[in-house]
Amino acid sequence: MDAIVLQFLDGLAKGGNYALIALGLTLIFGTLGVVNFAHGALFMLGAFCAVTVQKLLTLSERVKDESITFFDAYKEIPYLETWFGDTGHMLIDYSVPISLLAAIPVMLLIGLAMERGLIRFFYHRSHAEQILVTFGLAIVLQELVKAQFGANPIPTPAPEVVAGSLDIGVWFNVEGSIVYPYWRLIYLAFSTVVISAVFAFLQFTTFGMVVRAGMQDRETVGLLGINVQRRFTIVFGIAVIVAGLAGVMYTPIQSPDYHMGMDFLVLSFVVVVVGGMGSLPGAVLAGFLLGVLQSFASMNEVKSIIPGIDQVIIYLVAVIVLQVRPRGLLGRKGVMEG
Amino acid sequence: MAPTVSAIGGSARTDFIFMMLFAAAVLTAPFWASFIGAGYPDLLQKWAIYGLFAIGFNILFGLTGYLSFGHAAFLGIGSYAAVWSFKLLTMNVLPAIAFAILFSALFALAIGYISLRRTGIYFSILTLAFAQMSYNLAYSVLTPITNGETGLKVIPTDPRILEELAGVRNTAVAPTTSLFGVEMTGYPGFYFCAVILIIGFFIAMKIARSPFGTMLKAIKSNQTRMNYTGFNTRPYTLAAFVISGMYAGMAGALLASTDPLAGAERMQWTASGEVVLMTILGGAGTLLGPVLGAAVIKYFENIFSAFNEQVLNAMFSFLPEVLKEGAVAVAGLFVGEGWHLTLGVVFMLIVIFLPGGIMEGIRRVHKLFKRSDGSSRSGAAAESA
Amino acid sequence: MTVFNKGVSRRSLMKGGVALTAGLAAPHFFTKGAYAYLNEPKGGSVTLGFNVPQSGAYADEGADELRAYQLAVKHINGEGDGGMLNTFTSKALKGNGILGKKVEYVTGDTQTKSDAARASAKRMIEKDGVVMVTGGSSSGVAIAVQSLCQEAGIIFMAGLTHSNDTTGKDRRANGFRHFFNAYQSGAALAPVLEANYGKDRKAYHLTADYTWGWTQEESIANATEALGWQTVNKVRTPLGAGDFSQYITPVLNSGADVLILNHYGKDMVNSLTQAVQFGLRDKQVNGKDFVIVVPLYSRLMAQGAGENVKGIFGSTNWHWSLSDEGSQAFVKSFGAEYGFPPSQAAHTCYVQTLLYADAAERAGTFAPCDLGKALEGFEFDGMGNGPTLYRADDHQCFKKVLVVKGKENPSSQFDLLEVVQEVPREQVTYDANIPQFAGSLGSCNNGA
Repeated sequence: MDAIVLQFLDGLAKGGNYALIALGLTLIFGTLGVVNFAHGALFMLGAFCAVTVQKLLTLSERVKDESITFFDAYKEIPYLETWFGDTGHMLIDYSVPISLLAAIPVMLLIGLAMERGLIRFFYHRSHAEQILVTFGLAIVLQELVKAQFGANPIPTPAPEVVAGSLDIGVWFNVEGSIVYPYWRLIYLAFSTVVISAVFAFLQFTTFGMVVRAGMQDRETVGLLGINVQRRFTIVFGIAVIVAGLAGVMYTPIQSPDYHMGMDFLVLSFVVVVVGGMGSLPGAVLAGFLLGVLQSFASMNEVKSIIPGIDQVIIYLVAVIVLQVRPRGLLGRKGVMEG
Repeated sequence: MAPTVSAIGGSARTDFIFMMLFAAAVLTAPFWASFIGAGYPDLLQKWAIYGLFAIGFNILFGLTGYLSFGHAAFLGIGSYAAVWSFKLLTMNVLPAIAFAILFSALFALAIGYISLRRTGIYFSILTLAFAQMSYNLAYSVLTPITNGETGLKVIPTDPRILEELAGVRNTAVAPTTSLFGVEMTGYPGFYFCAVILIIGFFIAMKIARSPFGTMLKAIKSNQTRMNYTGFNTRPYTLAAFVISGMYAGMAGALLASTDPLAGAERMQWTASGEVVLMTILGGAGTLLGPVLGAAVIKYFENIFSAFNEQVLNAMFSFLPEVLKEGAVAVAGLFVGEGWHLTLGVVFMLIVIFLPGGIMEGIRRVHKLFKRSDGSSRSGAAAESA
Repeated sequence: MTVFNKGVSRRSLMKGGVALTAGLAAPHFFTKGAYAYLNEPKGGSVTLGFNVPQSGAYADEGADELRAYQLAVKHINGEGDGGMLNTFTSKALKGNGILGKKVEYVTGDTQTKSDAARASAKRMIEKDGVVMVTGGSSSGVAIAVQSLCQEAGIIFMAGLTHSNDTTGKDRRANGFRHFFNAYQSGAALAPVLEANYGKDRKAYHLTADYTWGWTQEESIANATEALGWQTVNKVRTPLGAGDFSQYITPVLNSGADVLILNHYGKDMVNSLTQAVQFGLRDKQVNGKDFVIVVPLYSRLMAQGAGENVKGIFGSTNWHWSLSDEGSQAFVKSFGAEYGFPPSQAAHTCYVQTLLYADAAERAGTFAPCDLGKALEGFEFDGMGNGPTLYRADDHQCFKKVLVVKGKENPSSQFDLLEVVQEVPREQVTYDANIPQFAGSLGSCNNGA
């Protein structure tokens, strides 16, 4: 029982991540009709925002280790700690949350530059060409990151206060058996908040209403004299910010490396398609569904019945869902079927 | 989508000339390729094999517009089938190729039957899902069949029943693949692949010209309308899917024939993505484009990745020292370990400036020459080149 | 090519093109018949092929291997301070290249994929005319390239490959490995684990689901079970999973008090980081502190896992902080050249290159069969691992293995691992034909 609860919780936390990445991707599909293969790379750039902020905060005075003579080895003492003592230490400790603030403007700029500089020329090109150009961009972005930061993962720990795990079992009088890391719980909460915020924004603001109308019928909205394009550009920016924030928040869970975006690319596409192209609630639903299923499929009890199921569960679910529901869970007819 | 190159739909005579030129270019590759550092058997074999793979992919994607993201699965299945044929029957490549085509066709039929119930990106994701499942399973739980990470190899003590029956099974030395005694490594291996490439090219051309091909192109331009007229398009798309799967299986068998080892990573999504990129890069829907795209990508992968500082220094040695260091530093970003960067930049440049891929570039250059001729009478003859 | 030419001036292109043609269009194809063995060097130079991962997860390790190779070439050619040539017990190398021929090299990217690695090795053999290929950062790739070299008829000097199979089931007459293996990790680690954690432990394995992971899991489980430990469970995880949480949660209530991570590279960085996040190291199970063991360590991995490695035991082939003469000489010249210490991958690659050169010098030829004989049963010292034997039966080196621990208080950015014990050679020596290793070398192949 405890094991099932724990696995379910883990599935939700995983699903939160899947949903968050898929959300931006499906938003771009739904509004601009663009297949963005660079979305994983944007997630990776977000993670490297956190790396950069951490590097800046830990700019250090280098004290040479005199015992080593063959090369220069240093003990690094961050300036912030020398100057501000404990406050400085705390700043460094909180580098990941601080990166969130930095990531918003940076990712917005990247998003706007990408949309204005490249994506808008591809609205009316075929999906295959969109895939090729955004895939090319993804390679370029990740190679540039590799040239700057190397290929090795870079540790970016969460603040010390939340480094450990929360014993949830205490609340149910099963002490010690349902333990889950604070940071993953925070991630789950964070993804819920961001997803809600995006929905609220589209649902309750005039801006959002126009965007939704534009997603339904772009031409009519355009005929009403509304500049749909500018709004779509902003939506693209929002999607990029969401991907970037997801990347920042994910760094304590998986030390970022230049290739992490590619690892999520296929997965995020599967999530979006299972949810239904262009459907925001679909992407969220599919994200959580696949997360939970993947968690359960990895249980030893399940694996002993069906060996290898944890390796294929995501794809198997995709195949089954698409057989039963031609446009994914909540997809609309005619979107991305051509 | 780019307009199909005029070679499709040309007259029988221009087709014949085109075919002959293609065959000549392929067969003389060992000579001309040596001028760009590609004149060695392995890369030439890879050109021919991946060219074949891309031609097959283009029959599906270029003609019907269905974008499969899982074609590498058939490449892998073809390779495994071929290596098992080497292990169980004989080191002769012909049975291996036959089995590879058979198995890839069966898998393509099953996967195509399910995937083609959907269109657009839903179709792409279905094919991707099947390929990823194959890859993940081949890497782990199917290890008894695939030998997992290490890859399936031939060993001297394999049963090789047909050779055993003929009394020529030798368990002392490592067996080599052959075509009735001719070893399939090195240049003979290349010529074997080249001949199959030419045949594959010829068949693809015939398909594109046939009523069947016309039907596929009609499906691409408007499937909905065709369905409304009560016309069932699925048998046609399924046929195209199976044919292109057989091409992929054949390419897999050739990979195994020139180098008897089959690994799971051949089925990974990146490998499926590679053939998509080859086709679009060269020019989807054209006959020659996919072959060119395959050649460019394999060239980058094998030659650009090998440029190290030593080679760059030699290349820029004509520059003064200061400039040389700068040039080596800048060029170093794009070659050697940075060869992926070059590939990414090329993808972007091509698709931004030459939407029809390399073939469109060739067409534009061609036009330019025609114009500079001044008095070009009628473009008809040149148009069909 | 038309594509790439954009933006480059025509003149520079033509000049570059001339250099390219001259450098690349080797007339190898026409002269093949004249060789006594494949790629016999006829001129004043000999070419070696360095086949390392330059893209993908092991790119940094590959870059370090390449640095080591370049340094080795320098030393063999008599440039630089000579490094380990000064401490190596065999004095056959004179600093004038190999057999009087200047050493040149070509490089290639394995992408950590067998197909790409073999394509790259074939290019080196067919086009560049190399007499030896070396490299690796993954056992699958090493085994694939080793069998290619066997078929082609040149020598393969394995770089970093830790699977038992490289010199076990898949051993080849033309292939040689200096790096240690999973069995030796188990044999070296077990006594240290016993001394620190006792005889009564319950171990839970998380294993990367492919051949290297399996051989390590088997070796470590055997070694720890011999101590009296129980193995609670062995769970396979997909390669490159990224997030291992769904595999870690079952560990919490499994009753195990040791978690053994049979992961390497990025997988190990992630699984260790996440296991620590789940509070495993703060746990008490069966009245004992829960502990984590990472059987195969590298400094780059320790760097990626940051704080989480502190106090965690594992094994490595070599570490730069060793104080013997050979290690010092190598660290000194590597440090002077590049400004930081070499990794264990760099060390094994450097040593393999010197060993190859030395064997060629002693054999008086590059012919694989003669050269192989010079390596078989070769005893040497001064290369950083104490007295070492290249065993003839399986082409595996036997030498000291290091048990290391993540350092609690690093004194510098490179000071991440501390050497707990240098396990003597006798303790990690096994019979060449025990069941996990049974294989056949076959006969050596000269190619031509």
